[in-house]
Amino acid sequence: MPTALSNRSSHSTWVRITHWVGTISFLLLLYTGVTILKAHPRLYWGEVGNDLTPALFELPISKNYKHGGWTNEVAFYSTKGSPVSASRTFEIYNENGWGRSLHFLSGWILVFAGIIYLLYAIFAGHFRRNLWPSSGQFSFTNFRKDIWDHVKMKIANATGGPQYGPLQKLSYLLVLFFLMPLIILTGLTMSPAVTATHQWLLKIFFGAQSARTIHFFAAALLTLFLLVHIIMIIKTGFKKQMRSMTIGK
Amino acid sequence: MEKKYLISRRTALITGVSAIGALLLPGCKKPTLPTYGNLLRMGDLLTYSAQRALLPGQSLAKEYSSGDISSFPATGTVNPADETTKSFSQEYANHLRNGFADWKLKIDGKVSKPGSYSLTDLQKFPLRKQITRHTCEEGWTAIAEWNGVPLGLVLQQAGIMQSARFVNFYSYDGWIDSIDMMDAFHPQTILAYGMNGKDLPIQHGAPVRLRVETQIGYKSMKYLQRIEVTDQFIDTGDSGWAWYTGI
Repeated sequence: MPTALSNRSSHSTWVRITHWVGTISFLLLLYTGVTILKAHPRLYWGEVGNDLTPALFELPISKNYKHGGWTNEVAFYSTKGSPVSASRTFEIYNENGWGRSLHFLSGWILVFAGIIYLLYAIFAGHFRRNLWPSSGQFSFTNFRKDIWDHVKMKIANATGGPQYGPLQKLSYLLVLFFLMPLIILTGLTMSPAVTATHQWLLKIFFGAQSARTIHFFAAALLTLFLLVHIIMIIKTGFKKQMRSMTIGK
Repeated sequence: MEKKYLISRRTALITGVSAIGALLLPGCKKPTLPTYGNLLRMGDLLTYSAQRALLPGQSLAKEYSSGDISSFPATGTVNPADETTKSFSQEYANHLRNGFADWKLKIDGKVSKPGSYSLTDLQKFPLRKQITRHTCEEGWTAIAEWNGVPLGLVLQQAGIMQSARFVNFYSYDGWIDSIDMMDAFHPQTILAYGMNGKDLPIQHGAPVRLRVETQIGYKSMKYLQRIEVTDQFIDTGDSGWAWYTGI
C-alpha cells in the first residue's frame, strides 16, 4: 500500500515530458507573438483594421507605435467619407519573416505535445483522477476557504504530485479547456486558407481582426497564468516542485 | 472537361505532397519546396502539407458587400517608375508614360501556346468581380473590390500541360514568386486589372496584379510582367519569408 500511494503521488512520465515541451513552445510562441505584434501594434474589432482606419487601442511596444509617415490620402470614390489609400514613407519595424515561421513551428510543437497529453490524460485517467473535481470539492465553502487561504498566502507545501486544490484545479481546467481552444481557434481565424474553408470561424469571432484581438487577450491571460503558476511553485517549495515535474520524484 | 482537368491536377498534387516526405530523406537532391535544411522552412512545409491534406482546396474565401469596402494602405513597392527607389524599372516607366498601351503579359514555360496578352486581351476573358479581404503579414486587413480574369482560364487558354506543378510570377519591381496548381486554379485566384470599380491604381500594382485570396497579402504580386509555368519548383533562394502563406 505505501508503494502504491507514493507512485500515485508523483507526476507521470507523459505529464512531465509534455509539460516541458509545452513550456518551451509556449515561451517561443509568446516571444514570437510579441515580435509579430510589434510590426503592427494596433488592435481592432471586426473584419478590417489598418493604419488608415481607427484602432481599438495601440500598444507602445515598437517604433511603429503611432508612427506618421504616410503620403496624402487618395479617395477611392468621389463620395463623401469614401475609403482612401495612402502609401508609407516610414521604414517600419518588421521581423515577421522569421517571427511568423517560428510562431507556427512552435505552434505545431505545442499541438503535438497537446495531442499526446490529451490522449494520455483521457485514457490513463489523469483527468478523472487528478483534474476533475472530486465529489463536493467545487463547493462554495471550499472555494471561499481556498480563496481566503491564497489571500493570506497560507498555502500547503508541495506534495510533489497532482494533489490539487479547488482553485488550482479550476485554473488548470480553464487553461486546458477554455484558453487553449480559444487561442488555437482565433489563431486559425487569421489564416486565409483556413477561413476559406471554415467561414464559420469568422462568424463566431466577429471577424478576422476581432479574432486577432481575442488571440492577444487569450495570450495575455495565459501569461498571467504562467506568472501566478511560477509564484505558486516558489511559494510551495521551488526545488521540490521542479524535481517532481522533471525527474518525477 | 474543365472539371476533369482539375481533378487530374489535384491528384498530381496530392502525389507530389506525399512525395515530400521521401524528398526530405538525406541524399535526395531533387529540387522541391523551399526548406533550405532550415528548421523554420521545414515548419512552413509542414503547414503547407497539413493544409493541403486537411482542407478542401477549392473552397471560396469570404466575399463581402460593397458597403464593407475599406481604406487600403499601399505598402511594399508603390511605383516602379520612381527612379529614386531600388525597385526602379525603365521598362515600367516607359509603359506608364504610354498608359500601358504596349504592355503585354508574357506566358511561357509548360504551355503549348506560349504568348503575350495585352490588357485588352485579358479583358476579353469572362470577368470575375470579387470583394475580398486582404490579410497582410504585418497584421492589418483591408477589403476591396477586384475586377479580373481567373488565372485558371488564362492558363487553360495558354494550353497548360499536364506535367505543370507551379506557376511563377515575375514583376517589374524585381520580385519572383510562385504558387502551386491548387491555388493557381482556385476560382478566386485572379489577374486583377481593376480595383474598386476603376483601373488598378499604380500604388496597388497597375496595370495587372495577382490576387491569391487563400494566402497572405505578399503572395498577391503587383506589377506583373511575366508568368512561367513549370513542372518543378524553381528555388530563387531564401528571401527570409515563407513561400507558402496560407496561414
